[in-house]
Amino acid sequence: MASSPASYRPSSDMMAITVIVAVLAAVPVVASLVGDPFLVKIATRVVVFAIAAVALNLVLGFGGLVSLMHAGLFGIGGYVVAILAFHADDSSRLFDLFPGTTELSIGLPLAMLVAGAAAAVMGLVSLRTSGVYFIMITLAFNQMLYYFFVALQQYGGEDGLQIMSDLTLFGHAAIGRMSFYYGCLVALALVLVVVQRLINSRFGMVLRASSQNERRLTAIGIAPLRYRLTAFALSGAIAGLAGALLAAGQQFISPAEMSWVRSGDLVVMCVLGGMARVWGPVLGAAVFLVLEIVLSGWSTHWQLAFGLLIILVVVSLRGGLIDLLHLVGRRGASR
Amino acid sequence: MTAPLLEVKQLVKRFGGLVATDHLDLDVRPGETLALIGPNGAGKTSLIAQLQGDLTPDAGAIYFSGVEITRRPAHGRALMGLARSFQITSVFPELSLVQNVALAVQARLGHSFRFWRDASSDSRLTGPAREALEIVGLSYPSRPASDVSHGERRQLELAMALAMQPRLLLLDEPMAGMGREDGVRMTRLLNELKRDYAMMLVEHDMNAVFALADRVTVLVAGKAIATGRPDEIRADPQVRAAYLGQK
Ligand SMILES: Nc1ncnc2c1ncn2[C@@H]1O[C@H](COP(=O)(O)OP(=O)(O)O)[C@@H](O)[C@H]1O
Ligand SMILES: [Mg+2]
Repeated sequence: MASSPASYRPSSDMMAITVIVAVLAAVPVVASLVGDPFLVKIATRVVVFAIAAVALNLVLGFGGLVSLMHAGLFGIGGYVVAILAFHADDSSRLFDLFPGTTELSIGLPLAMLVAGAAAAVMGLVSLRTSGVYFIMITLAFNQMLYYFFVALQQYGGEDGLQIMSDLTLFGHAAIGRMSFYYGCLVALALVLVVVQRLINSRFGMVLRASSQNERRLTAIGIAPLRYRLTAFALSGAIAGLAGALLAAGQQFISPAEMSWVRSGDLVVMCVLGGMARVWGPVLGAAVFLVLEIVLSGWSTHWQLAFGLLIILVVVSLRGGLIDLLHLVGRRGASR
Repeated sequence: MTAPLLEVKQLVKRFGGLVATDHLDLDVRPGETLALIGPNGAGKTSLIAQLQGDLTPDAGAIYFSGVEITRRPAHGRALMGLARSFQITSVFPELSLVQNVALAVQARLGHSFRFWRDASSDSRLTGPAREALEIVGLSYPSRPASDVSHGERRQLELAMALAMQPRLLLLDEPMAGMGREDGVRMTRLLNELKRDYAMMLVEHDMNAVFALADRVTVLVAGKAIATGRPDEIRADPQVRAAYLGQK
C-alpha cells in the first residue's frame, strides 16, 4: 500500500506541504486575473477550516481519538477574540479585571491558551474512556460549550457577537482582505510544519503507537494517558487559533459555529482528505467547502448529493483523497 | 541461598467460577530459566499476565527483587525490568520493525515529551533497536510490522522485550505457530540469551523445555503440582499421569 505509514518519508511530506502552501498562495493572483475577489473569501475559509481539521487530525488520525468537541474548542477561540474586542470597544473590563483589546498579537495566543486549557480539562475526563464512550462524552462537552455561549446574554447569546472595531496585528490593520488571507496562510503553514515535526518526534511515536496497540505500549513501559492529554490540549489550542481567525475574518462569532454538526464536518474533512498524512485534511477541507458552495448553488437537496459523494470517496479510497493522488502519481510514473 | 528475583505467594485469580490461579507459590532465582508447563487452560498465560500487570490478582502477592508489585501498574513494572512477550503476537502493526523496537528503547530513556527531533533518525533509539533486531536475527528493519511473517513477528516480540534491557523475561510460548526450522533457531537463540537473562518460559515443545530450563514447574488447573530439575520432572509419576502421559 502506497500510504502505509511505515514507509513514512518526512521529506516527501515536507514537499507536499510546500506544494499545498504554494498553491494556496497563488489563489489571490488567480482571483485578480479572473477578476473574482470572491475566490479569496472562499480560500480564506478553506485555510481557516484546514487549520482546524489539521488540529483535529492530530488526535484523530495519529492518536485514534474520535473527538466531537472540536467545533466547541474552535468556537472558544473565536469568542476569546470577539469578547476582547467587545470590551475594548466599550472600555469595560472582562471579569471587572482585564481591559479588552483589538490587538491580535494578544488575542490569538490567548485564544489558543484558553482553548488549549479547555481541551486539557475536558480531555482529562473524556480520555479516561475509550471507543463509543469517548465519542459520546466529547459530543456532550461540545453541547455544553454550545449552550454555555447561547446562555451568555452579555455577549449576544444565540445571536452571536459582532466585532465592531478594527482588529490590528502589531498595530497594523489586520482585516484587509489580502493581508488577512496571507496571515491565515502563514498560520496554516506554521501549523503544518509543527504538526509534521511533532508526529515524527518521540512524542509523536508514542501517540501513534497508543492508537495502534495500547496494551503493547503499556507493556514496554509507557502509560499513554499523559501523552494523549498533551496531544489533546495542543490540538485544542490549534483549533482555537482557527476559530479566532474565523471570528477575526468575518468580524463575527456565534454559537452556530460550535454546533456538533460542525464537529462532524471537521471529522469528515479529515476522513475525506486522508488521515494518514498531516496535510491530508487540508485537501479534505478544500474539497468539502468548495463542494458545499458549488452543490448548494445547484439544488436545495445538495446535502444528499454531498453525502453520497463522501460515501463514494470513503468506500473507494480507504486513505481519502491522498490515495487518489497516489493513484494518479503511479499512473503518471508508469507512463 | 540468594534471594529470589521473582516471588509469587499464594496467588489467586478467578474468572467467575473458574479458578485460573489457585493459591500458587513460585519463585525465579537470579539468572535462572524456569519453564512453566501444563495443559491448555492450566492458567499459564493468566499467571504471566498477573506478573506483567495486565491482570490484577484476587489474592496473594508478587515480589520482584524484593519489592511488592502486586498492584503496581504494568508500565511501572516494565520500567523495573519485567518484559513480556505475548502468546498472541502483539506489536505496532503500522510502524516499521525498527520503530517497534525503538519505542521499547525510548520507554526506558525517560519521558517522551520531546516534540521536535525526528525519532527515526535518532541513533540513541535506532542504534540499540537495530542491535536487538540483529540478535533475534531479523533483517530489513524498515519493513512495516504488518508485512512480516508470523515467525518474524514472534522474533520481533522478543527483540522488543530485549530492547527493554529487562531483568526478567516472561516468554509466553515464544515458538507457538512457528515452523520446525524457526523453532529450532529460536531454541538456539534462547539458549544463548539464557546466559544473560533470567527467564520464565512457557512452552509446549518438551525438547525445548528440557534443553533450556534449569527448573520446571508443572501447572495443572492453576496449581503447581510439581517443581524440580528437568530430569526429576520427567521421572515424576504424578507429572507423567497428569500431563506428560497425555501426550
Ligand atoms: N479474561 C478471561 N476471562 C475469562 N476466562 C479466562 C480469561 N482468560 C483466561 N480465562 C480462562 O482461564 C483459564 C486459563 O487460561 P490461560 O491462562 O490462558 O491458560 P493457558 O495459557 O495455560 O492455556 C482458561 O480456562 C481460560 O478459558
Ligand atoms: Mg496460554
